[in-house]
Amino acid sequence: MKKILIVDDEPNIIMSLEYALQKNGFEVFVARDGQEALDILKKKVPDLVLLDIMMPNVDGYETLQKIKENEKLASVKVLFLSAKNKPADIEKGLQLGAVGYVTKPFSLKKMITEINELLN
Amino acid sequence: MSNYLLVIIILVYFGVLFLIALWSDKNVNSKWVNNPYVYSLSLGVYCSAWTYYGSVGIAATSGISFLTTYLGPVIAAPLWVYVLRKILRIVKYQKISSIADFIALRYGNHRFIGALVTVICLLGIIPYISLQLKAISETFQIITNETNVKRIFLFEDTTFYIAVLIALFATFFGTQTTDTTDKRRGIVFIVAIESLVKLLIFIIIGIYVTFFIYDGTTDLFQQANASFDVYKLSTISSLTEGVNMFYMIAISFIAIFLLPRQFQMSVVSNDREYHLKTAIWLFPLYLLLFNLFVIYIAWAGNLNFDSSTVNPDYYTLLLPLKYDSFWLALLVFIGGLSAVISMVVVSTVALSNMVSNSLIIPYGFLETFNKNNPEENTKYIKNIRRFSIFTLIILAYIFYFNFSIEITLFSIGYISFVIIAQLAPSFFIGMFWTKGNSAGAILGISFGFLTVVYTLIVPFICDAIFNNYHFTENGPFGITLLKPYNLFGLNFLTPTTNAFFWSMTVNVVMYLVGSMYVKGSYRERNYAELFVSNSNDFALFSETAYVWKGEAYVADIRNVLEKFLGVEKTNRAINLFFAKNKIPKNTVKADAKFINFSEKLLTGIIGSTSSKILISNVIKEQPVSLTEILKILEESKETISTNKFLKEKSDQLTQLTQELKLVNEELVVKDQQKDDFLDTVAHELKTPITAIKASAEVLMFDDEMPADLKQKFLNNIVDDTNRLTKLINNILDLEKLANGREELDLSNNNILETVLKAIHFVDQSVTDKKITIQNNVKSLFFVYDDDRILQVFSNLLTNAIKFVEPINGQIEINLAEHDDFVLISVEDNGKGIPEEDFEFIFDKFYQSKNQTTKKPVGSGFGLSICKHIVESHKGSIWAEQKSKGVSFLVKLPK
Repeated sequence: MKKILIVDDEPNIIMSLEYALQKNGFEVFVARDGQEALDILKKKVPDLVLLDIMMPNVDGYETLQKIKENEKLASVKVLFLSAKNKPADIEKGLQLGAVGYVTKPFSLKKMITEINELLN
Repeated sequence: MSNYLLVIIILVYFGVLFLIALWSDKNVNSKWVNNPYVYSLSLGVYCSAWTYYGSVGIAATSGISFLTTYLGPVIAAPLWVYVLRKILRIVKYQKISSIADFIALRYGNHRFIGALVTVICLLGIIPYISLQLKAISETFQIITNETNVKRIFLFEDTTFYIAVLIALFATFFGTQTTDTTDKRRGIVFIVAIESLVKLLIFIIIGIYVTFFIYDGTTDLFQQANASFDVYKLSTISSLTEGVNMFYMIAISFIAIFLLPRQFQMSVVSNDREYHLKTAIWLFPLYLLLFNLFVIYIAWAGNLNFDSSTVNPDYYTLLLPLKYDSFWLALLVFIGGLSAVISMVVVSTVALSNMVSNSLIIPYGFLETFNKNNPEENTKYIKNIRRFSIFTLIILAYIFYFNFSIEITLFSIGYISFVIIAQLAPSFFIGMFWTKGNSAGAILGISFGFLTVVYTLIVPFICDAIFNNYHFTENGPFGITLLKPYNLFGLNFLTPTTNAFFWSMTVNVVMYLVGSMYVKGSYRERNYAELFVSNSNDFALFSETAYVWKGEAYVADIRNVLEKFLGVEKTNRAINLFFAKNKIPKNTVKADAKFINFSEKLLTGIIGSTSSKILISNVIKEQPVSLTEILKILEESKETISTNKFLKEKSDQLTQLTQELKLVNEELVVKDQQKDDFLDTVAHELKTPITAIKASAEVLMFDDEMPADLKQKFLNNIVDDTNRLTKLINNILDLEKLANGREELDLSNNNILETVLKAIHFVDQSVTDKKITIQNNVKSLFFVYDDDRILQVFSNLLTNAIKFVEPINGQIEINLAEHDDFVLISVEDNGKGIPEEDFEFIFDKFYQSKNQTTKKPVGSGFGLSICKHIVESHKGSIWAEQKSKGVSFLVKLPK
């Protein structure tokens, strides 16, 4: 079972995402900000991280940087999920090594398709 | 004493003078010869035989008016710092060698003015020189105890030989070089020495008379008081006398500047400008010492002699003779002789320069010079000067021999002064007023002089020489209004002051009329600007002010220069000029600067007028029309004012640019803030929308979802919709408040009720977080918008709740009532706000600005809205750090 870590500070969004992904056969972990995500990543290595950018404490970009610095997490794919939709923001995210960048609000259906493609 | 012994003594004195002059000429740069004291003493040439003998005469007959001759110079001395310094700078720069040169140059190097000034000086000074000869002659007779009979035959008169000796002396030391700007240190030094000699001797005789013949000043006063009216001789008896004295002082004031011998000593012979600093105190002191004993000698003379039979001018000689101090009398004679020699030598040297450079050369010898070689020219010029000196002294002698027997020293002295004073308006006004022009100068000098002729010279000749008083007493043709001494009924002035008053009035009026109604030529305007301009940047100004148009070749000008300077000196001067101005040596065409320079080189030798004529002979000067010159002057003035204007504008622009830059920077920041704000707003709006969309999609694609979960997702949708609504309201509120479009709904409300309502709003969160709110607010009514203030407190409470920890979180609300305001604080014990954020927290962009990617707590508009609301109530809101947590304070007017 492929593992997915959701990192977002909005409980309602997490709830929908978590439900939909579980329904589609993924094992899901949840973190409420970057720091929490990094803590989880110390113990578990998911296949994919769905990463929000604007979060309290440690933001998405920083989190991705930390992930990339960690060799153990080399196989982890990161997909940004953010309301920030300026080209510069997207560019920055991809340059940091994300496999994709989905802007909020997103279509759940489309995203699950995309995740499936990414992980197979 | 025998004639011959005295003649021998005189010859020895001359011999000593000659040796001293020779020595000082060879030691020009010795500190003994060239120092400020020598300069200051040389100004003592002012004290001629007139001073030496005449002062006592006046003091004996008319009292203290003898002082007027010295008060003018004393008053003038402090002004030297400014006026004489300005003159010195002009003279040095233009290589001016005489007063005639000076005035002529000021009015555009005007040949006629130079000649006119020279003639005026000759007319004024020749009688003055003859006066000196008269003094020699008369004192000679007193010493040798001869009868007061005039010699019939010229060559039997000792005075004639003395005159010749003086002429030889002046010729020898006055014409050593052709360059008249040469300082003639020998003469300067001799004059200084003689000034010292005559002063010392005068003081010695003063002390002798006061303390040896009489028993000090008190004794002298008592004796004098007993025998004649001392008070009459020592006070100003009436207003009329005061007015007369005032004019006399004015005359001597002018004389100290304009007498050719003074100009020669104080200006032409001045070596260093700083010498002036010593002269301004030393020279007045010199005059003071000279006058110290005058009044006592006069009283003593009056006590001993009858002034109607003895000439009181010679009390200084007669007193020691009477008391058998023959050697002292001889000493006094030597002192008088030294006063005469200085005066005559300096005057004739100065006048001979004027005669040669301003009269003879420009009016007759120029052609000759152009054909000759340098050696011959030098010889010619020297001969002209020597001839002039001799002629002057001979003329003075003839004048003395024929006319001046009966005239007192004093009267002729003042006639001289009044004549010389005619130069004053052209000289002084011209130095400070650019509009004064040659027409004004010619008219002023001529008519002023004619007035002197009418009011002073003609009546003087009638009275003193022909003993015909009809003219002075009845006026011409019996018209009393035209009586020369009382012109137009002005009857309280003495002949001298009367003449001075009328001639000066006529002179100044004619000068002004001429200057205003006749247009000056371009050359004049050039020099006018140059003379009047600030003396500090004189050299700089005169370099650029020279306006000239035409064609000239360096070779031609070089030819002219060589005729006077010789090949070697010319080459040196030109090379120096080229090097200084960075002009290539093979330059063919001469520019205005070069022509100006060449004229100045020649000026020293043949005077400015002649040099201008000589140079202009070889250059093709195109007449610059008045319009052109005006245009040039106008342009340069315009350039200056345009520059000034441009500079002002440029300064203004720089300032504006600076301001714009600041505003622009502010705008950039604002723009960035706006972008960030919109970003935040967009993000804030997108977040609930994303949640709503996701929830909706989940519901849409999953039919088998349990009912309770379904309910949960639906609740989420409703919550997010509420959040969205609230957000939109906040944004609109903020917009309204920020733009002042929100009108307050003011009424009398109880603040306690409002606070309680706010607490009620957050009840749920307080319960959830298990924290406590302590409300210490009392009931208090005042006018405010209940809804808005409620919003403020609910915002503050919401914030506080967010920042405190669950369970032990505590919030306290307090109210303090003051005279005209209430202060309400909302204090929490939360984690606080970082110090550096304090000034930004009320900024609506605060969160987005400082944490672009970090999620803010809340929308970030709350405090900003609070601030706007409180400020629209004319209150204020701020935050204070507490030991634990933060306190928000709201100050509202009652």
